[in-house]
Order: sequence, then structure tokens, then C-alpha cells
Amino acid sequence: MVENGIGASLKRKEDVRFLTGKGNYTDDINRPGQTYLYMVRSPHAHATINSIDLAAAKAAPGVVAVFVGQDLLDDAVGGLICGASVTGKDGEVNKAPPRNVLTIDKARFVGDPIVAVIAETLAQAKDGGELVAIDYMVLPSIVSTANADKDGAPQLHEECPNNVVLDWALGDKEAVDAAFASAAKTAEVELVNNRMVTNAIEPRAAVGDYNSGTDETTLYLTSQNPHVHRLVMSAFMNIAPEHKFRVVAPDVGGGFGSKIFTYNEEAVCAWAAKKINRPVKWTSDRSEGFLSDAHGRDHVTKAEMAMDADGKFIGLRVTSQANMGAYLQVFSIAIPTLFHGFLLAGQYTTPAIYLEMRSVVTNTAPVDAARGAGRPEATYLLERLVDVAAGVMGLDPAEIRRRNFIKPDQMPYQTPVVQCYDSGDYHASLDKALANADYDGFSARQAEAKGRGKLRGIGLSSYIEACGVAPSAAVGSLGVGVGLWESAQVRFNPTGNVTVFTGTHSHGQGHETSFAQLVTERLGVPVENIEVVHGDTAKGQFGMGTYGSRSLAVGGIAIANACDKIVAKGKKIAAHCLEAAEDDIEFAEGNFTVAGTDKTMSIAEVAFTAYVPHNYPEGVEPGLDEIAFFDPLNFSFPAGAHVCEVEIDPDTGTLEIVKYTAVDDFGTLINPMIVEGQVHGGLAHGIGQALLENCIYDDDSGQLVSGSFMDYCMPRADNLPSFDVDYAPTVPAHNSLGVKGCGEAGAIAAPPAVINAIVNALGIKHLDMPATPEVVWRAAQAAS
Amino acid sequence: MATVSMTVNGQAVSGEVEGRTLLVQFLRENLSLTGTHVGCDTSQCGACVVHVNGDSMKSCTMLALEAEGASVTTIEGLAQNGEWHPMQQAFQDNHGLQCGFCTPGMVMSAIDLVNKNPNPDETTIREQLEGNICRCTGYHNIVKAVQQAAKTMGG
Repeated sequence: MVENGIGASLKRKEDVRFLTGKGNYTDDINRPGQTYLYMVRSPHAHATINSIDLAAAKAAPGVVAVFVGQDLLDDAVGGLICGASVTGKDGEVNKAPPRNVLTIDKARFVGDPIVAVIAETLAQAKDGGELVAIDYMVLPSIVSTANADKDGAPQLHEECPNNVVLDWALGDKEAVDAAFASAAKTAEVELVNNRMVTNAIEPRAAVGDYNSGTDETTLYLTSQNPHVHRLVMSAFMNIAPEHKFRVVAPDVGGGFGSKIFTYNEEAVCAWAAKKINRPVKWTSDRSEGFLSDAHGRDHVTKAEMAMDADGKFIGLRVTSQANMGAYLQVFSIAIPTLFHGFLLAGQYTTPAIYLEMRSVVTNTAPVDAARGAGRPEATYLLERLVDVAAGVMGLDPAEIRRRNFIKPDQMPYQTPVVQCYDSGDYHASLDKALANADYDGFSARQAEAKGRGKLRGIGLSSYIEACGVAPSAAVGSLGVGVGLWESAQVRFNPTGNVTVFTGTHSHGQGHETSFAQLVTERLGVPVENIEVVHGDTAKGQFGMGTYGSRSLAVGGIAIANACDKIVAKGKKIAAHCLEAAEDDIEFAEGNFTVAGTDKTMSIAEVAFTAYVPHNYPEGVEPGLDEIAFFDPLNFSFPAGAHVCEVEIDPDTGTLEIVKYTAVDDFGTLINPMIVEGQVHGGLAHGIGQALLENCIYDDDSGQLVSGSFMDYCMPRADNLPSFDVDYAPTVPAHNSLGVKGCGEAGAIAAPPAVINAIVNALGIKHLDMPATPEVVWRAAQAAS
Repeated sequence: MATVSMTVNGQAVSGEVEGRTLLVQFLRENLSLTGTHVGCDTSQCGACVVHVNGDSMKSCTMLALEAEGASVTTIEGLAQNGEWHPMQQAFQDNHGLQCGFCTPGMVMSAIDLVNKNPNPDETTIREQLEGNICRCTGYHNIVKAVQQAAKTMGG
């Protein structure tokens, strides 16, 4: 048994720097001669730009340079791109309206960047920005998801008639229509999946630096995927060729999706650093983040279920509209389609499913992947609908789920919506969750609460997600513009310690610890002698980064495979040194041994021999340094059952989550302490969406109403309970480590569990998120 | 510009600042003490909490000049002779941090909390940390960390 290997709740290596103030975040980085960028943004949701007068700004104290969109076009800098293209019902791929780094013709949302002011100090850049005079012709705006495609709605882009980017359908319409025609009972619900602002606590930041001696551009950046940033900015934006372009994502203070994407500000920093031959720094303040970070969710949906007389689901029909914001971001069109539609089977055997999804542009910030990315939207509509269906059938919510679950002996299970699940035991996770939550004792607790004038409710959520993003050929055939493999390099240094380069990026997930545990398990090298390196294109090989719960499920296997290559080569070296046949060499816990003998050689000795190959096998290269690229055969399918119990004061609408129980199937846990922390954080995200968070634009003016932490309610410590987290693992078929991914589960599972509990407490059919005290109070009054 | 002098982490420091310079800017930019973070612009997030004369203070709510003569402690000044403060240890022991960005402010707030409430219950801890926003942990393990530190700090 290797110490600190797989399954150990090892304390995190990275905590030492984070707890002593020695973290190195992008805003902590300053370069000699650095200047500061301030973005002049549109104050209007929709306006034609008639003219821009820069004279006063250019003459302002400390201002070094002022740029508009045309300046970047003159340097052949390309616009921001969407990296996915999805084919619609008409056989055409989605519309992809162009987006300049600095908008030229018109502004399409409040916060759309127009002018870049660069000065000696940030204060001078802001003061200079105040002097930029832009003559706007303000246009009517549209922010409503549901109304964006209606007749007479203001039009954002010539390329998108009626503001429609894509009309997409998935599934078998005729089969679903037939199911509804033959149904004994049907259930339906109309719901809104509220827009969220991702709000990593570290704001986005960038520092561009250019070395005229080497013609190299370096960009320090808050990124979840520095190689992808470099690729996009090189291949599509012409910022610098890849081999002359280094992107460094140092410590990153949370991502949750929002730091996947290529943004305007970082492009200006990288480009302008060369243009003015001085470093250029930009740090978002929180207000700018609210305006300009990619937002998440924002669907309006009608969902209907057809059932037979026993409550078996025989057909699911979903009609939905998704808000893309003013422009497409890197993944955006893939989220409401592929990442949403492909999960609509949930944990159920529903044989016929049909989704119509219309994606529209509005005068709001771009919308893209945010923790869960499409899967929370699918889970929310499905798990809400299942509870409504239980009400229609007069069945307990647990019972209707049981009647419809895919059973373990049906695995692998081909759903009618593309995904083929490889593993899972949904009965097991539900049973365990109900036991842990004391579901059977709920009615007694409800009665006790009623005696105190309180309303108790309990809600379930049986979720599934597709993680381990993703098989390259599969996503390529669906229109994603990149491969989603991952890479690793495992390098022994001559003295026997190990440097591991991963193409993933850690921004809170603790990879430096859990990946080291994986390597110690495989190679027997103590964890303190293993350093995991990520986040710098100048150090490691190309990698695709971290999102979609892929780092361990895909990147971890690349590390394991590189370790296996190390062992394979080490056996050749050891066989030579121990004067044995290679086939007779066994490797375990860091030692190469001749089978059946006490002749042994440690992996450190083998590494030293590889670098000092005086006595060395013929035909074997010196060195012990192996690289592996891994492309998964399938997604992974984490799943589970969550139970939320709430108590409501009907007189005030205030609500307390009295117990939250999670039982998840993540397969093998490398570091249970870290996994549990990931669940907690995901739950906070999901409960935040259900109870507190809502990004609101004013319908008339298009102004962002929830533009600060004073207006947008982030979950605080006193909004949340402690959580009861447990596991019901199954073994995935396609993952040699047996892992599935855990970072998004809570955000996916929690919203329907919470809303189902509230609906149960109030005895109503539905209420929309966020269930603020006012919303709950109104619903309670209406119900009483 | 004006000169401001104070004691930071036990050392006498001074620097030239503008009237509008915030204490957090002075710490980060003049003193390069970048462990104190800025996560918002409305004094909500608490990433910038330091101790001023022993009390927790959002250093974005205070001008550098207001700290003239004060004794300021930042996350960098918590460890003594290489020994972590019990709160730092408790955060690591309980996995009370993930990305680390809110952590310095959270730790500084938590220490002040325990200094003033030596035996806080969970409700007290949650209410007292209301001024520090964490997006990663869901607070569960932060609460556990504060409970552990309250014991080891001698409450």
C-alpha cells in the first residue's frame, strides 16, 4: 500500500502559499514600465456609434495611447470567435455574428467595450477615459429571452433575422407525438432558468508584456486553459504566432467556467503591449465583471411528460428558448444544445424525447458555460417535471422515480438523445439518500413544524451529468472546433524527484495535491518529491485546460498513462542493470525487482542511471521523461440523488434549509477531502441559484440592475446549512482510473431539490427561481 | 501626495500616497503585500480584511492616511517564528479553502471572530462571517475550521 496514494485525504500542498499570502494571482504581477488599461464601455444597451472624439483623452495627463476598434483591424487583429457550430433544423449551422475586440458600428449591451485608454497609472487611464466623447444614437433594446424573437423586437445583428441564432431540434418528434396521443396521463410545467453571474471571487485580469529583442509576447491571464487562449488568440485573432506567444495562468482565484473564454480586454493587453512596447495591465473591478464576464443559464422552457397508467414515462417534449447575450462566446451555442439536450433522458428510461431549442441574441452580456453548463438547465426542467408528474399520478416523488429509473443491468444504456451511459445505480443512490435524509420520518417532522406555524417540505433530485469532456471525434462530429483530449508529461529529474506537467489547470480544485497522489500511487515516489506544474505554455506541453469536470477523468488518465510509460522504460533499464530478462522485472511501490529474487533497484536509481547511462541497455534512449496524450472513448456519467428539506415561515417567506443530503456516484475518489469540498461548493452554487441569485436587466432601458454584490445576492455563510455528503459509487466502463468527475454535481443537483422542497412545503405546483422571501411569501399567501 | 507612516506586521513603514489611496492599495502597491486581495468595489466581499489595531477591517473601506500611526496585521504577518497561527492551521486541516482568493480575508475575519467570541456556535460563526464571500467552499469547511481554531486558540 503506497502512502498518500489514491483514497488518502491528504492535506493540500497549495494551501501553504494561499494561507501565508504567497499566492501569485495575475493582479499580483507587475512588470517594469507597466501601463494600465481602462476600457470605455457603452452606457447604452443598444446604440449606433456616430462618432468618437479622442482628442481630449489623448492629451490628458499620463495617457500613453488611446485605441478604437479600427486600430486593431488596421493591424489585422481578428475578432472574438465562437468555437462551436451547431446545425439547425434547416440544415444550416448557427449564425455567428462577428464581434470586434472593440466594437465599431454599434454597441449591443451595457458594457460593450468601445475605446481602450492606456496610461501611466490606472487613475490616469480612468480620467482619460472620462474625456472620450462618443456620439451615440440610442436604439430600442431587447433583453427578454422570451420576447427576443417576437415581431417588432429590436434587431441586434444583420446576420440574425428576428434575433435568432439557431433553431435546433433533437429527438424523434413523431414518436413523442404518438406517446402523447396514447398517454394515460400527462404533466407539464413552464419554468424559467434564471440568469446567473458566475462571480469567481478573483476578478478577471491580464498583463501583456512584449520583448522586442525576441519578438515574444507574454500574457499573464486569469485563465482556465492557457493553451486554448494562446491557440485562439494566435490562430483566429492574429495577436502573435503560437511559438512567439506565451500565456501564463498563474494562481487563478476560481473560474466556474467564466475564465474559459477569450475576452476583449486580454486581447487588447497582449496586442497593445507590442504596439506601445510597454507592459499593459488590466484588472477588472467587480462592476466591470458583472457587465462583461460571460453569464450563465437564462432559459425559458415548457416541458411536458406523457405517462402510461402506471406512471411510466413514455414521452418527453421540451420547448425552450436560450439567451445567448449580444454576441456568441467561445462555447455558447454548444451549451443549450449539446450540453443540455443530450442530458434530457436523465436517469430514466423515457423512450421518446423531443427538444426544440431556439437560441436568441439580446442586448445583454454574452452567455456561456457556467458551472454545470447546460446540464443544470436539463436537470432542473426534468426533475421539476418529474415532481409535477408525481402529483398528477398521485405517486410519491421517490416512487415515480423508481418506476422509471434505468437499472444497473441495462448498462450500457443508449438514451434516445445521443448519450450512452456506461454505468450507474440510481436505485442505490436514491435509497441511500432517502435513508440518510430520514425520508420516512419526514411526515412527523412536518407535523411538528406545523404545530409551530411553520411549513416543512422535502424535495428530491435524481441527476446525471456528462463529464470527462470529451471524446474528440464525438464532439468534432457535433461541431465543436477543437479536440478535447488531455496531455501529461512525467519527468524524472536525475536526483529521483518528479516534475509532472499537466495540460489541465487548477484554480481551486487542488490538482497539485490529488495529481501528486495519483503519481505516488503509480510510481511509488513520495508525494513531497512530486511537483505538479500547470498554467504556463512555456513550461508544459499543449493541453486543453479545465472545465466540464474533465481534469481527473481525462487529464488524470494522461498522467497515469505517462507513468505507465515510465515504468515500461524503467523495466528495460532495471533488467539490464540487474542482469535479468525484461519480462522477469516486476514493479511495485517504487521498486523494480527480479521476480522471485531479492534483486531490486529503486525507481530513483533507475532514473539516475537513465541520466548517467554508463552501464545501459543497448537501443534504449537516455533520460526518463515520458509524455502521454489521452482521448477518452466516452463521456463519464456522474450521477446521484439529493434530498433537500426546508422549513418556511409563511408570515415572512423566510426559509431555512434544515437538512441537505447528497449521495453521489463519482466512481473512485482520489482525495475524498477534496471531493467533498467540491460537492460543498457546487451545492452553494446551486442553492444560490435556487434561493438568492438573479441577474436582471431592465426591460425598458436594458440597464443591468443587478450590477454589484449589493444588488446580486451571492450566498453568504449564514444563507447555507452544513451538508450531509455521502457516496454510492459504481465502476465506469471507459475510465481506467474509475473516476467520473465531481466539480459540477452540486450546481446541477441542488436547484430542483430546493425548489421541489419549497413546492412541497407550500402545496403548489411550481414557483420560479430564485425563491426569495418575497417570492415564497407571495406563493404562500396565494396558496393559503 | 502625502506621507503616511504605520506599523505593518510589526515593522515600521512609510510611503507617499494620494489622499484617495485606500489602505488596501497601500499594502498591495506600496508595500507589495499582495496577500491581501481585492474582490469587489462595494465593500461586500471581504477579501481585503486585515487587522487594524487588533480589529478586523475591510482595507478597501479605509484610506491609507486614516491608518496613520496604526498597527496593521496582514495575512503575511500571522505566522510567528515560522509557526502558523492556529487559524491558518485549522483552514488547512479542514480544507477550508480552495482557490485561495477569499482566504486571507476570511482567515483575518475568523481570527477576530474567535478573539471576540472564544466559544462560537455554528450560527454565530455563520452570521459573523457574513461579510466574507467565498464562491468555492460553500462555507461548510470554513465553519469547521473556525470551530477547530476556537478550540486550539484556547477558547
